[in-house]
This record gives sequence, C-alpha cells and structure tokens, in this order.
Amino acid sequence: MEQTATPNAVASTSLDRTHPTYTYKVVLLGNTSVGKSSLAYRYVKNDFKESLPTVGCSFFTQTLCLEATTIRLEIWDTAGQEKYHSVCHLYYRGAHAALLVYDITSKVSADRAKLWLQELEKEFFHDEIVIALVGNKADLAAEREVTTEEGEEFAQSKSLLYMETSAKSNYQVNELFTAVGRSVVVDECWAAPAQGGAAAGPSRGPAPQRPALAAGRTAPRA
Amino acid sequence: MAADVHKKKGWEVPNGSLAPGDGQHAERAESPTPGLAQGTEPGAGQEGAMFVHTRSYEDLTSPEEGGAAARSPPEGPGEPPAPPQPSSMEQISKDFSELSTQLTGRALGEEGPLEAAPAAARRDSLLPAKEDEDVTMDAWRLRRKHVFVLSEAGKPVYSRYGSEEALSSTMGVMMALVAWSPLPGSPVVFVRRSPLVLVAVARTRQSEQEIAHELLYIYYQILSLLTWTQLNHIFQQKQNYDLRRLLAGSERITDNLLDLMAHDPSFLMGAVRCLPLAASVRDAVSTSLQQAKAKSLVFSILLSGNQLVSLVRKKDQFLHPIDLHLLFNLISSSSSFREGEAWTPICLPKFNSSGFFHAHISYLEQEMDLCLLLVSTDREDFFTVSDCKRRFQERLRRRGVQHALQDALRTPFYSVAQVGIPDLRHFIYKSKSSGLFTSPEIEAPYVREEEKERLLGLYQYLHSRAHNSSRPLKNIYFTGPRENLLAWVTSAFELYICYSPLGTKAGAISAVNKLMKWIRREEERLFILTPQTY
Repeated sequence: MEQTATPNAVASTSLDRTHPTYTYKVVLLGNTSVGKSSLAYRYVKNDFKESLPTVGCSFFTQTLCLEATTIRLEIWDTAGQEKYHSVCHLYYRGAHAALLVYDITSKVSADRAKLWLQELEKEFFHDEIVIALVGNKADLAAEREVTTEEGEEFAQSKSLLYMETSAKSNYQVNELFTAVGRSVVVDECWAAPAQGGAAAGPSRGPAPQRPALAAGRTAPRA
Repeated sequence: MAADVHKKKGWEVPNGSLAPGDGQHAERAESPTPGLAQGTEPGAGQEGAMFVHTRSYEDLTSPEEGGAAARSPPEGPGEPPAPPQPSSMEQISKDFSELSTQLTGRALGEEGPLEAAPAAARRDSLLPAKEDEDVTMDAWRLRRKHVFVLSEAGKPVYSRYGSEEALSSTMGVMMALVAWSPLPGSPVVFVRRSPLVLVAVARTRQSEQEIAHELLYIYYQILSLLTWTQLNHIFQQKQNYDLRRLLAGSERITDNLLDLMAHDPSFLMGAVRCLPLAASVRDAVSTSLQQAKAKSLVFSILLSGNQLVSLVRKKDQFLHPIDLHLLFNLISSSSSFREGEAWTPICLPKFNSSGFFHAHISYLEQEMDLCLLLVSTDREDFFTVSDCKRRFQERLRRRGVQHALQDALRTPFYSVAQVGIPDLRHFIYKSKSSGLFTSPEIEAPYVREEEKERLLGLYQYLHSRAHNSSRPLKNIYFTGPRENLLAWVTSAFELYICYSPLGTKAGAISAVNKLMKWIRREEERLFILTPQTY
C-alpha cells in the first residue's frame, strides 16, 4: 500500500526501474474550467472525473519513455482563476514546456490562451521553451466555437505545437504529452547535449539556460 | 510579502496579549482534580497551548482592525472577573440550584422558531440548485439563512442562494438598510468590515451576536484568499470594483463554510476537535512530523475530516483556531487536493492578514481521509516542503504506527455510551486553555439531518445565553419537551450536555461529575496534551 500511495511515490518507483535521464518541467496554463486538471489527471492516472476548480497549483510527476531516452515530466497544473494570476509566474518560471489550454466551445478561452502566450513571451526567449496550443473538449464538437483551422493557423504563425484533445474521451492526451516530451528532448539535444538533470523547480533556481543559438522553431512539431 | 512574517513583529501585538503565558500551566501537576483553575482542566495542554489563546467568539466579535488597543485587556467587555471556582460537587450542585438560570416555560416560547426550523430544513432539501434559483420565487424566500456579501459601493460580491446578478436591486436596498442601525430582534444582521458589508437574513434561533460571528468567518474566508492588504488596495484603486472576478471559482469554498457552520460545533465553540487517538500513536505521529522540518515551515498539520490529528508549530508562533477552521474548510471544500500535491498561496488572516503563506496540501493515502498541510513562508520552497512530506511518511513507516493510525481513522468518532451514563445523549466539552474540544458522535434520537441541526441549534442557543455580552450566564439548565440540557461555563472550560427529558436536575449534576471524571481519564486520547514545536 505504501508503495503506491501518492502519484509522487508511483513516479519514484518507476523512476527506480527505468532511470529517466532528464527531468523536464511542464506547466499547464489557460482560462478557468478549460480542462487543465482533467488533462493532467487523464495523462497521469488515465482516468476522468468532473473536478472542482484547482486551488493554487497541483503538482504531478510522470515518467515518459521515448525511443531514445526516458524522461521524467514534472507537471504543474495551475489554477485558471484570476486571483491566482499574480502567482502564476512562480509556476511557469524555469519551465521547459508550456501547454496553453483552451476550450474549443469557448472563443473567450482561446483569446485568453493568446494572452498567456504574450505573457510567456515576456518571460522566455522563443527558443527557451516549447509551447503547445491545446484545444481541449474535442468531444463537444457540436458546440464548437473555435475551428480546428483557426487553432492550427494561429499555432503555425507563432511556431507552436498544436493539438486538439479530449480529456473526457481520452483523445490525443498521451499523444500531446509525448509530442511535448519529444520536442523538449530534441531542443535540449540541440542546445546542450551534455546537460543533465535539468530539474528546474522553483526551489532550485532558474532552469539551465539554453544557449541562444539553439535551433529556432520554424515549423509546428507533430 | 510572506517573508515579512518573520521580519515584522508588528502582527504579534494584537495577538500577543492573548497568547497564554507558560507560567499558568505550572500548577497542573499538583492539582489533578477536575478542572478548575485555567490550565488544569481536562484537556489542557501540558506544555503550552498550540493556539493563540481564545476564549470564544468574543474574540471574533470584539472590534477588529485597528481595534487592537481595545482588545489589549485579555478579558473582553461583558465578562466579569471569574469568581472563585467551586471546588467540590456540593458547591457545584449549590451553584446550579441557586444561580442557574432555569429555562423552561419562557424558553418554550422561543421554541416557536425552533419547531419551525426542521420544516424549513426539509424544504431546503427540495429546493433547486443555487444557480438556477429564481430569486422571485417563494422557494428562495423560504431559505433558512441567506448570506450576502457586497462592497461598500453596493456591488454584489457573494450570495448564498441565487445569482448575485439577479439580486442587484436587493443589494441596493440592503445598502440603504446598512445606513440604519438594524432594529433589535430583526432577522437581518449586518457586519461592516470596510470595504465589505456582510448581511445575513436568518430564520434560525441564533442570536444576532452568533450570526455576526458567522458573517465574520465569511469575511475572514475572503481575506484568506486575497489578504486584507490586497482587498483594501483594490477598492482604494477602484471603489466600484467587481470583486466577483477575483473570487470566481471560490464561491463553493464560502458555500461549504456556511454548510459546515450549520453542522459542526467547532465554529460555535471557537475550538478544534481532535481525532481520538492513543497517546503513543499520536506522539509518534507528532514526532515524525516534527522531525520532517524545513527552515521555511511554520506549521505542519495533519488532519482527518475536520478533526486534528497532530499539529507541530514553529516555536513562538501560534495558530489561531479560526485560521485552522479556514484551512479545514478549504480542504473539505475541494476534491482537487486528492490528486497530486497542491501548492497554493493562502493568507491566515488571524495570524497575519497582510501576507500570504504557501501551503503544501496532499493526502497521505489515496483511500484514506488523512490530509497533510505544510505551511511555509517561502513560496519558492515547493521541493523542500514536498521532501518534508516524503520524510514524514518514511518516519511514520519506520515507527510502525501506520496500522494504528488506520484503525483510528476507521472510527473517527466515539459513542457517548462509552461514558457509561445512561441518560446522557450527547455533550460538548471545551478546554479553554488548549482551545480544543471533544464531543461524541451524534446518535439516536438525533438521526435525521434536521434533528442533528436542531440539537446544534439548542447548543447555539445555550451558548448565546452563556456568552450574552450584557448578561452572561455561568450555569444554565434547560428543560425542553424532547431533551434537557445543561450548560456550565467557567474560566477554564465550557461544558454542554444533552440528556433524556425524563432525567432530573440532580441527575444531570451527578452526570456532569461523572462525565468530567471520564474526560479526565480519557484526556490523553481525546486531546493533544503535549503539543510539539520544531
């Protein structure tokens, strides 16, 4: 019982088995009730439940096996409510990847995701962070307010990853995190192949800075 | 801001005078007889209290913010100096026959609203969900207690039932009413804490003072999300700011607090209930918690349901029961803490209303109701604090107390039958010096929800009579058609017992005697007698 008590413990047992080489910090940002926590929960626990608004921020870890390497993702699931915006920089500081989540049935949430992008651009150089635009609630296509093309076009113009997902029906959630993980690893290899243990939590100071000459992102990654 | 907590000593001033001096517990060992001097009553901590010393809600209702000077005498207005304590049962018995206010016929007159209350409660359960409630409907009017929060500019901030939007005109009327001093006996209670105004319209039998006390809890709950500094800053910038924007998503926390206050005597008692636990197990838990410390940690709290399992604090830092209640409420109102580890800014308004702490909140076991709360001053310290949790769990395992802890969690409440007094149905006992109380599970005949609420209503009534600011009572004997109650309030403890309506007053007094002995015998299990510091 004690081994599987918390997600943390789950991650650390799997960590012992597979020895992930790198730890990357992934932060979920977006308007309130677009499904950030549900995406994280689906990915980490492969389950779905209606959840109440997140308070502050929730922290999960998950080991991800890629072809070449095994990495550990530290997932920071932030609260979308306005009162927590003042502390949000705390959560995305030093992140290797950011998921800008919106709800495809809400135009407002998509606009909000664009604002988050501006915020991230203030904090990060373009090549310092992998950013993915995520249109969640794809299962509610009937009430769609944001078309796939709109999302895709915007993502392309800003060189972001783009994916539509549904945490509820488990559509493309694993794919999303795998694509993000892959992107981060590719970036890291380009930038500094020898860099290890990039666990960049708030307590461990800023993340190792990737050299500015790292490959710029030209096309959306898949 | 949080870092200020250490640097600035200013916050200590208002609370400092209320903190118990260590000296007052000195004579405990020599006087093991049921509790008479403060600090020697059953449940009193042996090594200083965990909490800021609070007698009861006088602390809440006394002038706030800037009223620190008014609070500096530790005894609030309206409470006369405690007379010499009775030292024997004869004396107690004499007290009750001579001094007690016997509430019978006259109290029955006040049963009117009491009898109406269960009916209203039943209606409540049939009423529609909050959001789609039409405020023009009778159903909305029939709610037992409406609570509204508005800004001084009259903007709606929160409404317990129905959407704030639909209530704009009602709020306008309220603003007009705020200008008046409410008529005595009117069911409308206002509490003004600039820049907010809190209003309750209640059809319960609570006193105005108690409803005001609940409104203050709502106010503190809002502060716990925003801090007093931020709240004031916002309204200084823009008087007609719509605060709902900032509070969006937190309405349920306020809803939950109001529901909790209607069911849980902790709020009424201004005290904290402990999970009954063998002293050896609790000590092992506390020691594990104490050893898993970090520099930035101020409080480590382990809780189950709304009961305290263990609390370890930084030396010289006291938590206020109100702050702990707000933490309990935050945790019970959100399911999101069940997954992962939460890291959230939180203001403890009675500790320091101007800054945020950062709280690490997580459940220890997926299927078990055991939640760990680590309160840190450093918002950058997530990984250090998260590691404290890991260390705590490891120590718990190594000490081998997990099974005992699990067993205790299976029976989080004890039965009144354990006391062995046949006519005794229920009781609440609070040790004033420790800020802790104990109470058995509410059992038959209080089975249905509205019956439980009715019992709590009776306690509320006795409590309000005992703490009435113009005429406080020490002993109250209440005979009702369905039960008899007795309240006994001293400078050291408060005891409320509920027993069979067929029991006599003499029987009740001997029950009190037996009960006090039982509590003394069980105090190690029911209270935290040796609070730990890092």
